[in-house]
Amino acid sequence: MTAIQIDSVEKSYKGFKALKGVSLDIREGEFFGLLGPNGAGKTTLISTIAGLIRPDAGSVRIHGHDVVTDFREARKRLGVVPQELVFDPFFTVRETLRLQSGYFGIRNNDPWIDEVMHNLDLTNKADVNMRALSGGMKRRVLVAQALVHRPPVIVLDEPTAGVDVELRQTLWKFISRLNREGGHTVVLTTHYLEEAQAMCQRVAMLKLGQVVALDSMNALLRRVSGSQLVVRLKSGSLPDGLRHLVSHDEHANGDKYTLRVNDYSEVEPILARLRESGAVIDEMQLEQADLEDIFIQIMEEGK
Amino acid sequence: MFSIGFRTLFYKESLRFWKVATQTILAPVVTAMLYLLIFGHVLDGRVEMLDGVAYTSFLIPGLVMMSVLQNAFANSSSSLIQSKITGNLVFILLPPLSHAEILSAYIGAAIVRGLAVGFGVFIITAWFAHLDFVAPLWIVVFAILGAAILGTMGVIAGIWADKFDQLAAFQNFLIMPATFLAGVFYSIQKLPPFWQTVSHFNPFFYMIDGFRYGFFGKSDISPWTSLAIVSVFFAVLAFVAVNLLKRGYKLRH
Repeated sequence: MTAIQIDSVEKSYKGFKALKGVSLDIREGEFFGLLGPNGAGKTTLISTIAGLIRPDAGSVRIHGHDVVTDFREARKRLGVVPQELVFDPFFTVRETLRLQSGYFGIRNNDPWIDEVMHNLDLTNKADVNMRALSGGMKRRVLVAQALVHRPPVIVLDEPTAGVDVELRQTLWKFISRLNREGGHTVVLTTHYLEEAQAMCQRVAMLKLGQVVALDSMNALLRRVSGSQLVVRLKSGSLPDGLRHLVSHDEHANGDKYTLRVNDYSEVEPILARLRESGAVIDEMQLEQADLEDIFIQIMEEGK
Repeated sequence: MFSIGFRTLFYKESLRFWKVATQTILAPVVTAMLYLLIFGHVLDGRVEMLDGVAYTSFLIPGLVMMSVLQNAFANSSSSLIQSKITGNLVFILLPPLSHAEILSAYIGAAIVRGLAVGFGVFIITAWFAHLDFVAPLWIVVFAILGAAILGTMGVIAGIWADKFDQLAAFQNFLIMPATFLAGVFYSIQKLPPFWQTVSHFNPFFYMIDGFRYGFFGKSDISPWTSLAIVSVFFAVLAFVAVNLLKRGYKLRH
């Protein structure tokens, strides 16, 4: 079943097209990554899913419920962690979470609130006013607020921006458990691509309001040539026959070249040619391509 | 009868002003008492209103109602603008609350604050003059309806305003003059005919006049007429407010 169905969504702000006909299906139980540089339209798309922005054209459905025409059913199924660090300064953490439960029509939610607070290391802050919390703690409360109604679909808009390692680990542990054991669908936007690579099963990349890549993480990782060989030369120079493999070069501290290799069997012939040309290797490294390489490659396509 | 969503938002909006009661309840009570001391002292014994009602006695219901109206407006408008500016309005916009639930919760809390301040003003000022309660039901009806109207106007102003000075302009150039010129301090019978006619176009006049009728059994016009006008005014404002919420005007972009 489709958890989120995004169909030809368009949105403009004063002539600027933030979304240019975005279509995506996010499956139930998936851990889905929405990636793109600043201004790509990620937050606009998430705000449209959340009903905070009304699309100019197209539609979004959560578990089959349109977020505009059937918004009450759609919102019951959705928990959103907004990007901005917002809070209500009048209330304590527990009051905030009780109020948020009530807005979703849930009373006597303390057992679940306690569990969420425990999993986000918030228990000892339960009776502290929101104003007195650090930025990281406020971020945890935002996550807890999104989860008070046990939504089957959880959307996290850059939840780890500017937070420490401890929170990241706590957060991902809890969210992964909800996804793995509870079957919750998770949609994540982040600028930390290593996080997306570790967590997401499928990824969409947005660029200038359009989906430019949509694939499983494994398929995306296979897209770019498997590895790269980084060599720093002590003496000699790179033979002309290897220049077509160079993806990057630096000459600030000796000659350093990054060469694309499809698999390990290509490494030995490269080293042989370097040896034949009289070049002496000072330093050598074999690196696996990661999501960041793919991201850069896709974003630079068509530039 | 009332949904959990409505009750929660109503509770939150009420708790919000209660947590800063010195500013939201005590301060307006003190302001109203100063009005009474100054105007009552200067004018009592020199001016009579509504055929034989002493000025201070006449003034008290006007001050009570003025406090009810202004604080009802302040509650919904300041809550909305603060939530918009700090961004925490998102906590109301993300849940499955209906437009009617949101509007009625804000109005409900505005009524509670308006009545709390009005009651406080009454308790303090009632020591200064003799008051009758000829028709207490009218007092309650007009106090609640007046607070509901101003609470609704506060919702509209809070949705419309993007910054605090726009809200202040709404308050200073619309709410304040309309309240002051509605007969808080005088009976419109004391005005020249032209200004009497102008006053009849001010809906606030009917709220205060009807409210005052509950105390003295005397008013500039029939309380039934006032009730009809005030009810229609409330219905129009509520219709406008619920439509702004439905359209997501300045809330959902």
